[in-house]
Amino acid sequence: MEPVIVFENVHYTYPGDELESLCGVDLQIEKSSFVAVLGHNGSGKSTLAKHMNAILVPDEGRVTVCGVDTADEERILDVRRRVGMVFQNPDNQIVANVVEDDVAFAPENLGVEPAQIRRRVDEALKTVGMYELRMHAPHLLSGGQKQRVAIAGVIAMEPEIIVLDEPTAMLDPQGRAEVVSTVTRLCREKGMTVVLITHHMDECIGADRLIIMSNGHVAADGSPEAVFADLSLMEREGLTVPETARLLHDLRAAGMELPDERLDIDGCADEIAAQFLASES
Amino acid sequence: MLKNVTLGQYFPGDTVVHRLDPRTKLILVIVYIIALFQAAGWIGYAAVTVVTLLCMALSQIKPSTMFKGVKPMLFIIALTALLNIFYTTGTPVRPGWIVTWEGIARAFQMMLRIVLLITGTFLLTYTTSPIALTDGLERLLNPLKKLHVPVHEMTMMMSMALRFIPTLIAETDKIMSAQKARGADFETGSLISRAKALLPILVPLFVSAFKRADELAVAMESRCYHGGEGRTRMKQMHMAARDYAALVLGALFLAGMIVLKRLGL
Amino acid sequence: MSEIKTGGLRHVYSLGTPFEKVALDGIGLSIPQGQLAAIIGHTGSGKSTFIQHLNALLSPTEGQVLLGGEDINRDKYARRDVKQRVGLVFQYPEYQLFEETVYKDIAFGPTNMKLDAEEIDRRVRKAARFVGVEEELLERSPLELSGGQKRRIAIAGVIAMEPEVLILDEPTAGLDPAGCEQILSNILDYREKSGATVILVSHSMDDVARIAERIIVFDQGRLAMDGSPAEIFSRPEELVAMGLNVPKATELAMALRRRGLRLPESIFSHEQLLRALLALKEGRAC
Repeated sequence: MEPVIVFENVHYTYPGDELESLCGVDLQIEKSSFVAVLGHNGSGKSTLAKHMNAILVPDEGRVTVCGVDTADEERILDVRRRVGMVFQNPDNQIVANVVEDDVAFAPENLGVEPAQIRRRVDEALKTVGMYELRMHAPHLLSGGQKQRVAIAGVIAMEPEIIVLDEPTAMLDPQGRAEVVSTVTRLCREKGMTVVLITHHMDECIGADRLIIMSNGHVAADGSPEAVFADLSLMEREGLTVPETARLLHDLRAAGMELPDERLDIDGCADEIAAQFLASES
Repeated sequence: MLKNVTLGQYFPGDTVVHRLDPRTKLILVIVYIIALFQAAGWIGYAAVTVVTLLCMALSQIKPSTMFKGVKPMLFIIALTALLNIFYTTGTPVRPGWIVTWEGIARAFQMMLRIVLLITGTFLLTYTTSPIALTDGLERLLNPLKKLHVPVHEMTMMMSMALRFIPTLIAETDKIMSAQKARGADFETGSLISRAKALLPILVPLFVSAFKRADELAVAMESRCYHGGEGRTRMKQMHMAARDYAALVLGALFLAGMIVLKRLGL
Repeated sequence: MSEIKTGGLRHVYSLGTPFEKVALDGIGLSIPQGQLAAIIGHTGSGKSTFIQHLNALLSPTEGQVLLGGEDINRDKYARRDVKQRVGLVFQYPEYQLFEETVYKDIAFGPTNMKLDAEEIDRRVRKAARFVGVEEELLERSPLELSGGQKRRIAIAGVIAMEPEVLILDEPTAGLDPAGCEQILSNILDYREKSGATVILVSHSMDDVARIAERIIVFDQGRLAMDGSPAEIFSRPEELVAMGLNVPKATELAMALRRRGLRLPESIFSHEQLLRALLALKEGRAC
């Protein structure tokens, strides 16, 4: 798979800070993959996200997006057009008074032709399931709906990558589920590359790859199954693991033979049930 | 309690008035205000009232909705009326009274003038989405760009302000409740102590407004905002036949009002 | 004694306008002194409206709220005094910080109570200790601190009023697991040392299952369920039907039951599930 975002030895320190927020990160994000990034507060996961569309540029090292160096100010629109960002607070990223006008904001900024904008806006709203509410005022929507509008606003830009910086932190469980299923669909059905920054481990279960950030380093990087299986690492990082991973781990410790690591509830239940039913027969 | 503010509220609809180009409506409101100030006598006021009612009917805005908009102004309207009743010279209603027939008539006309003024401008904001309104304003003021007036920036700020009014109102409500729960008292005490009591609301409100502005700026840049240059708009404005018809009618109305004024009616 | 009791509590927003909305309808319940009760419900189920009635921030459209047997809305003095006895921490309380120093901010509540300087000082330091804010932070500006620290300072600001009832609306929202853990342990600590009633509004079923003695479920402005965690989580299907989550262990247990495993009825923690599965395995082996 070809990498769409490449970090090469990236160092970054916020102005006025003594400690580095990113200390030598090397990373490649593959096209059309769903990458989740977990980490405790201050682990550098947000700083990492902000480097992906040139909100921040490295003090040292290099970040390239589809081959374009993010530090190249001439080409900053090229980078931002390719990497859509969704932020934590849904209220602070919606600019217009009407849902569809907000979704049109990015293509308007890019000078897209009006008829084309209309088509993109309608399509984006249908993709996130907000087409029916296109004439609504954003402040009357639920948190989950606002975040879906924000996602639509980003996909109307037709980016290759969508980076979500803790998009679910301020949402209720229903809103969280709406957002996660929307981005999962974007990746699986539209082939979009998705980078989801979060501190809810349950949201990482469906990802292709899970990266754990810690003090500006990549502390772990692998499939969610493999990363969550390392319980001691997770504990060291102040993170919890999904109940499924914990249960499989403890059952194994108690001498049960469970061949596969399954993180989704149904898969995990299948594994366990199969063991019990096998011993019965 | 702050939730009842209807400032800049827009009621979506699909009437002729809603469909008019925002630029037409902006011009018509200006024409309307000039015409209103031409009214000098009962016939003049009656003419403006009829036109206003007609526009209301066309836009399907309910009189009760309109009344809600006028309500906050009732005090000022009443005050103007009172002053006019007492400070207009003429024939006393009864010998020896300071209230004159002319005063009563004038008070009535002044009340009517304010109500019509509010109604006319609210018709604009009720039937035009804030985005269309600011877009229309930007287009109308476009020639000023040649004089280096930052028209795009100004109208962008206006539409942002409109977007964030409901959010900030909700936030103020929330902060007030939180401070009340900590025993803050906003209702009693001297003027100075009450002004001081506002600090626990204003400080958090400012802090969060700045944070919002900061985050919003980053979000806008992420969505490729780089000023007005090279921007296109999804919703194109174009002047249809009905816009020209409306403008002609507006011009006729203004001319009629000027004639009425000349005739002293 | 400061038992909270509500009777026939009803609240209608925008009464008499076209936007009328019934937020609470006939809520009658009592929470005895010292209990740790959790309120759960969907967004818009009325739980936030309910807790704002318990310290008279909102007045009932119908019905009443009693604290220690007395109507908290009987006059305006009672409405004021109840705010000192029932402390309410709103969602994202860090937004309410406004003073120049952490110390002054925590002192805001006690100062409004017109306590003397010595007593205020004692309470501020005690409250700060409860939430694990070190002495040297007290003279810093609250705006310079991290999100988790701000949250704890805001909670200290309410604890410093030494309320008999402490209500928290989603105190852990938006925090990372370590931050959540710390806040929950601060709250448990306060309750243990002060004997206060604690009412926790939460979306996190795993937290609720772990610490609450009693769970009250709101649905569309009504009281839908009320009981111990064991009782509530033995009826997970009903919770799911209301659009609520259940603890992950409960969800897993439900999935295992569907696959024919005979697990006990009420499972809502990892330990319970593990124990049940191991017992099942032993049973099979014998």
